[in-house]
Amino acid sequence: MTIHIHADMSRRGFMIGAAGFTFAVASRLSVGAAEAAGKDTVLSPWVTISSDDTVAIMSPAAEMGQGSLTSLPLILAEELDADWSKVRIVVAPPNDELYKNPAFGYMYTAGSNAVTAYFKDLRRFGAQVRKVLLANAAKHWSVPVEELTTEPNVVAHARSGRRLTYGEIAAFAEVPAKAPEVAESELKKTDQFRLIGKDVMRIELPQKVNGTAPYSIDVQVPGMLYGAILRSPVEGGAPDKIDDAKAKAVGGVVRIVPLPYGVGIIAETPWAAFEAKDALKVTWTRTGKAWGFNSEKALNDFAAAARDMSQPTKLWAKEGDAVAALQNAATVVEGEYRNDLVYHAQMEPLNAVASVSASGDACELWCGVQSKTIAVTVAADALKIAPDKITYHDMLMGGGFGRRGHRDEEYVHDAVVLSNAVKKPVKVMWTREDDVRNGRFNPLSAHYLRAGFDTAGKLIAFHHRKACDEVTAFQDPVRYERARGRDVISFVGIDAPYYAIPNRLGEAVVRESGLRTSSLRGISHLTNIFAIESFLDELARKRGVDPAAFRRDLVRTNPRALNIIDRVARMADWGRKRDGSALGFTYMNYSGTQIALVAEVSVDRKTGVVRVPNVWTALDPGIAVQPDNVVAQTESSIVYGLGFALFERITIDDGAVQESNFYDYHVPRLNEIPQMFIEVVATDNHPTGVGQMATPLVAPAIANAVAELTGVRLRATPMSPDRVKKALA
Amino acid sequence: MAFDFKVNGKAAHSDAPPGTPLLWVIREELKLTGTKFGCGTGLCGACMVHIEGKRAFSCQTQVSQVAGKAVTTIEGLSPDSSHPVQKAWLAERVPQCGYCQSGQIMSAADLLAHNPKPDRSQIVEHMSTNICRCGSYPRIVRAVERAAKEA
Repeated sequence: MTIHIHADMSRRGFMIGAAGFTFAVASRLSVGAAEAAGKDTVLSPWVTISSDDTVAIMSPAAEMGQGSLTSLPLILAEELDADWSKVRIVVAPPNDELYKNPAFGYMYTAGSNAVTAYFKDLRRFGAQVRKVLLANAAKHWSVPVEELTTEPNVVAHARSGRRLTYGEIAAFAEVPAKAPEVAESELKKTDQFRLIGKDVMRIELPQKVNGTAPYSIDVQVPGMLYGAILRSPVEGGAPDKIDDAKAKAVGGVVRIVPLPYGVGIIAETPWAAFEAKDALKVTWTRTGKAWGFNSEKALNDFAAAARDMSQPTKLWAKEGDAVAALQNAATVVEGEYRNDLVYHAQMEPLNAVASVSASGDACELWCGVQSKTIAVTVAADALKIAPDKITYHDMLMGGGFGRRGHRDEEYVHDAVVLSNAVKKPVKVMWTREDDVRNGRFNPLSAHYLRAGFDTAGKLIAFHHRKACDEVTAFQDPVRYERARGRDVISFVGIDAPYYAIPNRLGEAVVRESGLRTSSLRGISHLTNIFAIESFLDELARKRGVDPAAFRRDLVRTNPRALNIIDRVARMADWGRKRDGSALGFTYMNYSGTQIALVAEVSVDRKTGVVRVPNVWTALDPGIAVQPDNVVAQTESSIVYGLGFALFERITIDDGAVQESNFYDYHVPRLNEIPQMFIEVVATDNHPTGVGQMATPLVAPAIANAVAELTGVRLRATPMSPDRVKKALA
Repeated sequence: MAFDFKVNGKAAHSDAPPGTPLLWVIREELKLTGTKFGCGTGLCGACMVHIEGKRAFSCQTQVSQVAGKAVTTIEGLSPDSSHPVQKAWLAERVPQCGYCQSGQIMSAADLLAHNPKPDRSQIVEHMSTNICRCGSYPRIVRAVERAAKEA
C-alpha cells in the first residue's frame, strides 16, 4: 500500500490518502469532501457521492485511539447501503451547527458517547440520502419507487433487471431542498446489517504501523520556530521577577515572551527552546488558591469533611428518605474510602502549532483536541479576531483520556500567543515534565458511606457523601454554568442509581482547593465505584451473603444486568476457591452499558506487592458496532484501571506537583498486566459506551479480592506496596 | 561541529550541537516524524530506533554518538509496511491512539532480529521497555508471536 502525505496551505490543507481512503480536512463550510476523479454531488452535509462511485462521508468525532473516526461514518454507511470499499471518510470541519455531538450540543468527543449520541441521527442521515438516490432512480426509469431496492452502492429494479450505481445516479441526481422524512420503521432491522457488527479495518490504522499517522507534534511548516512554556507551578500564579539572562544566552533563542501565567520561549530549534526554558529563573506571585496545599494533609481533611454532617453539601440525588431510614434501621454499616490524584499520561505530550498572519488578522492552527470548535474559539479569542479567520487542521491525538477537552485548551492557546508574538509559525511542545507538572488531574476524593438494613436483613438505605473539588467549575465554566453548578464529572453516580435500594441519598461535599483538575477516563465513577463496590462487598460479607448474589439481588429487575453478572461468574468459575489467590467481584451500569468484572489477586505480605494474574469481564453495550474494537477498548480500560488501582499517584506540596516523569509516576507496563478474558454480549439495544467502562471496576475488584484473601480491607487508591504492607501489618 | 551518519540507508548530516538528542535531529531536521517524543528520559520507548541494528532510545543518544553509524527509523523498517512485525501489527489490530507504536514496532523488530523464536516470557520482558498508555499490551504480545510465526 502506498501512502502519501502532502501538506499544502491551500483550502484543503493537510491531507493524507491511503488506498482509497482520505484522511482529510475539508475547508470550513466546504461540505463536499470527495477528492474523487469524477464529478461530485453533495447530497447532504454528511455525504458527497462522486460520479466515479466514491462515497465521501463526514466523521464528526475526534480520534484519540477509540475508533469512532471509523465507526461513526460506518453507521451512516449502513443505512445508506454504501459499499464500504468505496467509502472515503472525511474529518468534519469545525461546525457545531452541522456536526455537534447531540449529547453535548457542540463538537466534543468525550464520555464514551460518540456512537451512542450520534447513532440515531447518523442512521437517519444515511437513510435520507438513500431515499434521495431511490427517488432519482425511480424518476429516471419512470417506475414506482416501491419497486426499487438497494444493495451496496447500487439501486436495482428487479422487474426490469436494471441497475444503477450510486455514482451513476449522483451524476444526474436532483437533490431536494429539504431532506426526506424517514420513519423509524424504514430503518434496517439489526439482522439486516451488512456493516454494523462486522469488524472493518479502522481507517487510520495502516498509518499507525509505518510512522505516517499525523499528530500535531509532527507538523512541519516552512519557517517554523519552536516554543516552550514555563508555567506557574501553581494554578493562578503569575511571573513576579523574571531573570532570563541565562536563557537569552542560549544559542538560537529568538524571543522571550512574558505571559500572564508563565514565560514563553521562542527558538530556532526545540533543544534551544527547552534549554532556555530550563535556564529561566522566575519567582511567582502567590496568587490563586492552591498555594500551601498539601495533598496528603488535604485527603485527611476531605475525609473528615465527608463524615461531618454539619458540612454544607450540594444534593446530588435523593430517593425516599435515607436519613430517616438509617435512623430506624436495625443495622447500620459505614465505610470510608480515599483516592489520590491521577494523571492522564497520554503518550503524546501536549503541543500545538499555530501560524498567525503578519498583520495578526488570521491564523492557521494544527492541534489534536477533543473539541475542535473550542480550539477555534480559543484561537480567535486570543487574537480578538472572528472564528472564520482561523484555518483549522484536524490532527490525530496521541491519547486524550479527558485531558484535551478543557474550555481553555491551554496548550492551543500557548501556540497561538507565541506565534502572534513573532508572526511566524510556532510549534509549542510541552516536555513530559511540563505535562506532569502542568497536569490537570482526576481530583482527590474521600468517600463516606452508610448503609441500613431492616430486621429482615434487607438493604433499605444507602447514603454516600463524597468530598471532592468540582472539576467542571475548573475545566469548563461554560458547561458548569449551563448545568447550574451541578458537576457531573466529579459526582455523577454517587447514589448508585441502578441498585434497587428504596432510600438513597448522594451528597456532594464540595471542596475548593484551587488545584488544576480534569475529567479523566472513568470520570466520577473511577473513584465512586471504588467506594461503592468496595462498600457493597463489605456489606455482603457482613451479611454472610455471596458478593455476586448480593449484587444480583440489587439488580433483580434488570435481565441484562443479571445476564452479565451470571456470565462473568461462569467465566471466572466464581465459586471455586483458589490456593494462594482469591477473587473479587464487581458490577456497574455505566451509562447503560452493563458490565461485571472479576479480578484474581495474590499478595506478597513481605513487600506489599499485589499481583493480578487474571481479570474476567463481560459487558453488554447493546449493539456492538465494531465488536473487536469493543474488546480492544475493554482491554485498554482494564490496563488503565490497573494503573489507578495499584500504582498511580500525584502528590502536591505547597500547591505544586512533586512528580515529573515516568520514573516517579508509574503507569502499567506489559509485565504488570493480567491475562484478560473478555466477553462482549451484544444485544439489540441502542448502543452504549465502550471506551472506559471497565476502568472503574478494576480497583474495587482487586480490593475485594484482597479482602477475600487476607480479611483486610484496602481503603485507598493507589493500593501501593507501602499502603498494603501497612494495612496487612 | 557537523555530524555525518546514515539514516535508513541514506547519507544524513546534522549541524546541531553535539549534545543534541538524536530524536530531535531525526524529527525536526530530517523530518522523519514517525519516531516519537514521549518522555525524553529513556523510560517510555516512543523514540526507539535501531543504531547499527540494535534498538536504542533516540532521546538518550546524542547526535555526536551516531557519527559514522547507521540509524534505522520506522520509516526505514520497510518501504511499504511489509516488515513481518508491521503486518502482524495490522493483523492483530494493535494500535489505538498509535503514538507509541513506532517505538513498539522498532522494539519488536529488534527482538525478532536477534531472537527469531522468542517465548512468551522473552516477549514480555523485551517489550516491557515500551509504554503503551492505551494498554494495547495483549495485542502486542499476540502480534510479536504472529510475526515470529509468519516471518
